[in-house]
Amino acid sequence: MNPKHALAMLGLVGLSAAAQAQDPNLARNLAATCANCHGTNGRSVGGMASLAGEAQDKLMQALSDFKSGDRPATIMHQIVKGYTDEQLKLITAWYAAQD
Amino acid sequence: MFTRRDFLKSAGIAAAGGTMLGGLSACTTTGSASRGHVVIVGGGYGGATTAKYLRMWSKGTVDVTLIERNPAFISCPISNLVIGGIKQMEDITVGYDGLKSKWGVRLITDEVTAVDTAKRTVATARNGTLDYDRLVLSPGIDFIPDAVAGLDGNQERIPHAWKAGPQTVLLRRQLQDMADGGVFALHVPKAPYRCPPGPYERACVVADYLRRAKPRSKVLVLDANAEIQSKKALFTKAFESYGSLIEYVPNSELRGVDVATLTAELEFDSVKADVLNVIPPMRAGSIAIEAGLPLINGRWVDIDWLTMGAKGVPGVHVLGDALFPAPTMPKSGHMANQHGKVAAAAILNLFEGIAPNPAPVVMNTCYSFVDGTNVIHVASVHQYDAEKRQPMPVQGAGGVSAAASEIEGKAALAWARNIWADMLA
Repeated sequence: MNPKHALAMLGLVGLSAAAQAQDPNLARNLAATCANCHGTNGRSVGGMASLAGEAQDKLMQALSDFKSGDRPATIMHQIVKGYTDEQLKLITAWYAAQD
Repeated sequence: MFTRRDFLKSAGIAAAGGTMLGGLSACTTTGSASRGHVVIVGGGYGGATTAKYLRMWSKGTVDVTLIERNPAFISCPISNLVIGGIKQMEDITVGYDGLKSKWGVRLITDEVTAVDTAKRTVATARNGTLDYDRLVLSPGIDFIPDAVAGLDGNQERIPHAWKAGPQTVLLRRQLQDMADGGVFALHVPKAPYRCPPGPYERACVVADYLRRAKPRSKVLVLDANAEIQSKKALFTKAFESYGSLIEYVPNSELRGVDVATLTAELEFDSVKADVLNVIPPMRAGSIAIEAGLPLINGRWVDIDWLTMGAKGVPGVHVLGDALFPAPTMPKSGHMANQHGKVAAAAILNLFEGIAPNPAPVVMNTCYSFVDGTNVIHVASVHQYDAEKRQPMPVQGAGGVSAAASEIEGKAALAWARNIWADMLA
């Protein structure tokens, strides 16, 4: 029996409709786009800020300041504008929850 | 550096012997928890990232075999600094030990000889044939045979140094051996090619070396394109700062080479060089073409961007430089790493029987050295567009440096350390 059938039998068919709207690992996947520079799961090996375990408010404020130009940057002011606010909230919540 | 490489080579071969035995008994060694077996061909920025993220995100419940011909990873990004004499080969070489010991990736150091997408098998030169549930091809690029008359088979005399490794060392040596007053000619192929800013970075770091060591010499950039392909204003400024040390000649498509005299034959002209560095026209890595995957323009693999799946070939995912790019998407190591994460997430969803993420995002950062310490960047973010069925660059996001700076020089090296760890550690 494949997992889809298993879900159907458990009465969880609605989940696949929800998955169409939003992937269950969306926050994880979005956060992984930052890992090239900020380290796997937000743990930098040096020279870049670690994001793991940082408070979501602090991270959101930093991103907001990059976006507005209040916080000087070489590159983050350009990258942050590529994400929606909803995506930034998912990303920062995910990093805040890391050890 | 040869001592280290020799060591890594022998370590890699020993490891391959071990994994060969493991591979034969894959079903028993991994237990009943396995949700499937993914074979990955190519351990560069795309393939290595996919291997690690499949193991990490599945908590070890997916078996991953990585087949890579080289015993260690050697980075193309930063390799121009080796040619310029600022970095050494060991600075751009990272072993596969982390993938094996920390993440439980089965590593096979070998050449893939054939892919059968109907039978779902991969044949190797020395380790037999492997079955897969899903195959990830991250084969990079290969050069198009016969594209430049007289070039094939002469890469020792006319290096490309567009795959980091012995070619990088060779071009460095040729540059060192060149007499003061010599001409270092660098040919840039028509876009699209691997690493759009790479040739212009190379021109800068070679000129930086010549300025110090052989100031009467010249870098001649023969560009098949009509203009600089990346960070144009910034590279134009950098070229100007070198004065007569760099001469940039657009619309200079290479027709042929004369190996004996190191002459580049253009449409209306021919140029004799003392070091001739030809980056030849390229296409998807040969294994993708031999596997019969769908190609665009006969050169690049056509994929479904939600899964990175080759169109019409079930169970096969393709990453990185081998792809026909989405609009403004560069062929870069950074982007290949991002492709690897999209593929890993999609494969795990498919094993679970749920749809792939309908809204993947990828982003790119490319740093380029304009001398030994000052660096410029280009960055972009690409969000999946459901109507266009491909990632599209976000308007108003991304961009380039205001100017070259030492701060970004430090960022570039930190980028390298972090992305190498993200894929291999």
